[in-house]
Amino acid sequence: MSEILRLANVSKTFTMHLQGGIRLPVVNGAAFTVHPGECVVLSGPSGTGKSSILKMIFGSYRCDEGRIVLTHDRRVTDIATAGPRNILALRRKSVGYVTQFLRAVPRVPAIDIVAAPLEADGVAAEAARSKAADMLSRLNLPERLWSLPPATFSGGEQQRVNIARGFQPERPLLLLDEPTASLDAVNRAIVVDLIQQKKKSGIGIVAIVHDDDVRAAIADTLVDVTTFSKAAADHDR
Amino acid sequence: MSDRVTHLDCEEPLLVAEGLTKFYGPRMGCRDVSFELYEGEVLAIVGESGSGKSTLLQLLSSQLEADAGHVLYRMRDGVTRNLAKLDEAERRFLFRTDWGFVHQDAAQGLRMSVSAGANVGERLMAVGQRHYGNIRQSAAQWLERVEIDTARIDDAPRTFSGGMRQRLQIARNLVTEPRLVFMDEPTGGLDVSVQARLLDLLNRLVHELGLAVVIVTHDLGVARLLSHRMLVMKDGRAIETGLTDQVLDDPREPYTQLLVSSILPA
Repeated sequence: MSEILRLANVSKTFTMHLQGGIRLPVVNGAAFTVHPGECVVLSGPSGTGKSSILKMIFGSYRCDEGRIVLTHDRRVTDIATAGPRNILALRRKSVGYVTQFLRAVPRVPAIDIVAAPLEADGVAAEAARSKAADMLSRLNLPERLWSLPPATFSGGEQQRVNIARGFQPERPLLLLDEPTASLDAVNRAIVVDLIQQKKKSGIGIVAIVHDDDVRAAIADTLVDVTTFSKAAADHDR
Repeated sequence: MSDRVTHLDCEEPLLVAEGLTKFYGPRMGCRDVSFELYEGEVLAIVGESGSGKSTLLQLLSSQLEADAGHVLYRMRDGVTRNLAKLDEAERRFLFRTDWGFVHQDAAQGLRMSVSAGANVGERLMAVGQRHYGNIRQSAAQWLERVEIDTARIDDAPRTFSGGMRQRLQIARNLVTEPRLVFMDEPTGGLDVSVQARLLDLLNRLVHELGLAVVIVTHDLGVARLLSHRMLVMKDGRAIETGLTDQVLDDPREPYTQLLVSSILPA
């Protein structure tokens, strides 16, 4: 099957104007592909640009050079050069992103935070809430918390709300940034299960995972990001 | 409501600003600002005091005449017009129906001595509704939508708290189902808890109604929450534009980097 995502020669450097214009090369020549049902795990120590690569695919970081080509519904888009409206359209239809931390509107109850992306996809309010409830129970979030805003939740509880929210909408490409970082073993296993299901239904995944067991369980392909960050440092010299 | 969402895919912009420029004497209020706004899209204009963002808002909403440049707007009949060429009646019609304007100071956008119900109903009367019962019913529905107790329908906004006034101002603006709403620091000057409630409300209404919004704010948190795209102003110029998360997470210009790095973490 042909790939859903192809990165070719992707490069990124930050210029920090407030620190005298110092340049921070992040990655250079990053290249890999993702096929439907495949989970690509980006590996390498912290600070090697894994999250930056995810953000460039999502379009929240700009890409200086190279191509990030997404193919969905016979439409081919180069995210590296796509305009804001194109990227927003891709997010509505093609690319999902589970961030490391929950960022939510104050005052909004957990269950509404989870239901919101479904409603945005056109699911009726009642159905969206019931799906959200299913997902939250599956992730063992105590029901008494559902009607509360997650600001006061523990790290693990917030992460589960975030996962419930991010895993709900159907997108053919899913980006995961350390989805199991603050979870206990039981909930980690549940998330691994959710990821397996996504893969079975043909969804392509790019993930950052530090937990060895989780990585072993979900990864089809490992991409060592260190080579791209070394190349970036050498290139900038 | 659902038929409005489909407009998101409409390829014609709703509003186009081209080369908008305004001088205040020798001083530059706004210099050569251009952008396009589509239906259902929320654009945040950010920058510090004096950066020209309020001037830009006034130019966009025809409250100020540009020294150069123009604003094109696609009217409800589908015809795109140059706003400077509209006659007074046409412009008034836009203001009363197709546009909303939410002021930072609710007293500027409300009539403080008439009842809450009349404040909302007045906009409906302006577009020709005459049936008192229907008008009152719409007003009551809108009060409910903005979380104001309908028992207060006959009270004047003078007796309302700041947050309630702001919500009433929003109801008054949205009752005619505008396609475009201008907002000038809508959460400015409110207590943080009141602000959070208002943001949640705005966020829901904007997405439910598929509104296009141009919101001026100096609060990057508000911009992140409400907007799709962002325009950063400095010294009257638009120095950086892009997707909101792109501008906030990967700011390119020195001034934008300064703005973003100056946010106090809570």
